[in-house]
Amino acid sequence: MKYLHLVWANLRRRRLRSLLTVLSILVAFILYGLLSATNKGFNAGVDLAGNDRLVTIHKVSLIQPLPVSYQSRIETLEGVDAVTYSNWFGGIYQDPKNFFPQMAVDPAPFLDLYPEYVLSPEELEAWKADRTGAVVGRALAEKFGWKVGDRIPIQGTIYRNQETGGLWEFNLVGLYEAGTKDADETQFLFRYDYLNEGMGGSLGVVGWYIVRIADPDQAPQIAEAIDSTFANSPAETKTTTEKAFGQAFAQQVGNTAAIIRAVLAAVFFTILLVVGNTMAQSVRERTNELAVLKAMGFSNGRVMALVLAESCLLALVGGALGLLVAAILIQPVGKALSGFLPVFYMPPKDMAIGIAIVLLLGLVTGVPPALQAMRLQVADALRRA
Amino acid sequence: MASGEALVRVQNVHKVYHRGNERIDVLRDLDVNVGKGEFLALMGPSGSGKSTLLNIIGGLDRPTEGGVEVGERRIDRLNDGQLASWRARHVGFVFQFYNLMPVLTAERNVELPLLLTNLSRAKRKKQVETALALVGLSDRAKHYPRQLSGGQEQRVGVARAIVTDPTLLLCDEPTGDLDRKSGDEILDLLEGLNQQHGKTIIMVTHDPLAAARATRVLHLDKGQLSSEAAA
Repeated sequence: MKYLHLVWANLRRRRLRSLLTVLSILVAFILYGLLSATNKGFNAGVDLAGNDRLVTIHKVSLIQPLPVSYQSRIETLEGVDAVTYSNWFGGIYQDPKNFFPQMAVDPAPFLDLYPEYVLSPEELEAWKADRTGAVVGRALAEKFGWKVGDRIPIQGTIYRNQETGGLWEFNLVGLYEAGTKDADETQFLFRYDYLNEGMGGSLGVVGWYIVRIADPDQAPQIAEAIDSTFANSPAETKTTTEKAFGQAFAQQVGNTAAIIRAVLAAVFFTILLVVGNTMAQSVRERTNELAVLKAMGFSNGRVMALVLAESCLLALVGGALGLLVAAILIQPVGKALSGFLPVFYMPPKDMAIGIAIVLLLGLVTGVPPALQAMRLQVADALRRA
Repeated sequence: MASGEALVRVQNVHKVYHRGNERIDVLRDLDVNVGKGEFLALMGPSGSGKSTLLNIIGGLDRPTEGGVEVGERRIDRLNDGQLASWRARHVGFVFQFYNLMPVLTAERNVELPLLLTNLSRAKRKKQVETALALVGLSDRAKHYPRQLSGGQEQRVGVARAIVTDPTLLLCDEPTGDLDRKSGDEILDLLEGLNQQHGKTIIMVTHDPLAAARATRVLHLDKGQLSSEAAA
């Protein structure tokens, strides 16, 4: 600690240069924080996916529906604990920009299979009692200022209500909360029987099935059994674990993790050069001063440590500020993107990795000039001065 | 050699530099003894080996041949780490161009050698105050080098050299960059350190008036002693 003022004073020697270097590190770490949250957003479903849940979709694509009759047949298969379905609605609330997922579900079985969506028993009862009832995530309700008791109109695009000419009206009967940090609080869930009735009572299909299995180790065999059951039928199925399903879904956008890693690698490589150059210049400029320190009795190791401490402090100031600003920005940015990325935060693991990168940056950029300073021959350096 | 026991013994020292294929014999079989409490001036033309000899005595350079003993310690046999530690405890350097850290105040500059000790912050502060008082710069403690005159900067340099109370004070042309008045003040200071505080001083200088302040003057030429005189 007694050397801190010396390290700090050296960083203040060329204030503008140090400031610009700190700013470049800061921007890099803001970017790191925001991209980490973006990556989390794309993969939240994957991380949340239960080990004991399978998803059965149409073999051709997720868009193709499956007959409702499949539920009872899946339920009879060995190893299957519970089955429910979900159906993408794709309606518009006031403006197409107000995007949020709307799903037609069977309330009690759906919530049974998704314990991460927490709804009070009273609200569940109210939902069961009201055919036009809907429940939404708390974050979605806050975004649009909804409260329980509100009537919410949604224009159907895929499904047009035959009685109203396309408009569907829902009674908001409850707000569910995320039981885990990664759970999506922006969903709009309503009853499938209301959808079916509005379509004339002959819908007969659902989007996909969610299957809970008793033993996660049996997942491949059970998936195989489900798909075999419907082989050679007009609607063949493809069953995977929910995690694999989530990954495939997220990768429709592209391999976001790989893209983000590539962007960050380019950013940090550039920063490495910027900070490395700053440190090299800084040490080159004061060869004489370092020689004087050595003449006073500072050992090679101590001089090396001083230079390394400088580069680490530079990286630490920029990096810590960058991560802090990213943490502050994530909330408003996440709010603005909530329609597309309902989960948007920097996971603690990424924060820890960020701190490790900060230290690594300081060490990597400091080692070459520190070695140069360590090898400095005092008499030669003083003679050249 | 001056009266009293020898603090520094330079024995048969030879120093060779190589510049490309050229061999330069900077010091040739040199024998010098410096007594404890002595104020020795080293004079000679440029390239005569004065500064090299000073660097070898201060442990900044090593002889190619021969031995250097300071206070009964063969410093030419110490490794880099041991030499650094030895310098921190036994040697204070005063340079021609002061060599202060421009980013540190006078008191922080003077404190630098004390950072290598185990002294508490309070004790370091006290020693810095004493050293600055000794060179008459107590009122300039918070000033940066750029806010000081050349003479004041050199006085800070002297304070930095003596703050650890070293055995040996090595001065490489301490008045070479100063006007006559400031130079005289620095010489007064060195003289006082030698006479009143018993410091052993070896000073390289081109200036006969500066050398006249020393108790003994050695003249070097082409790496050998050309003459010796009591000042």
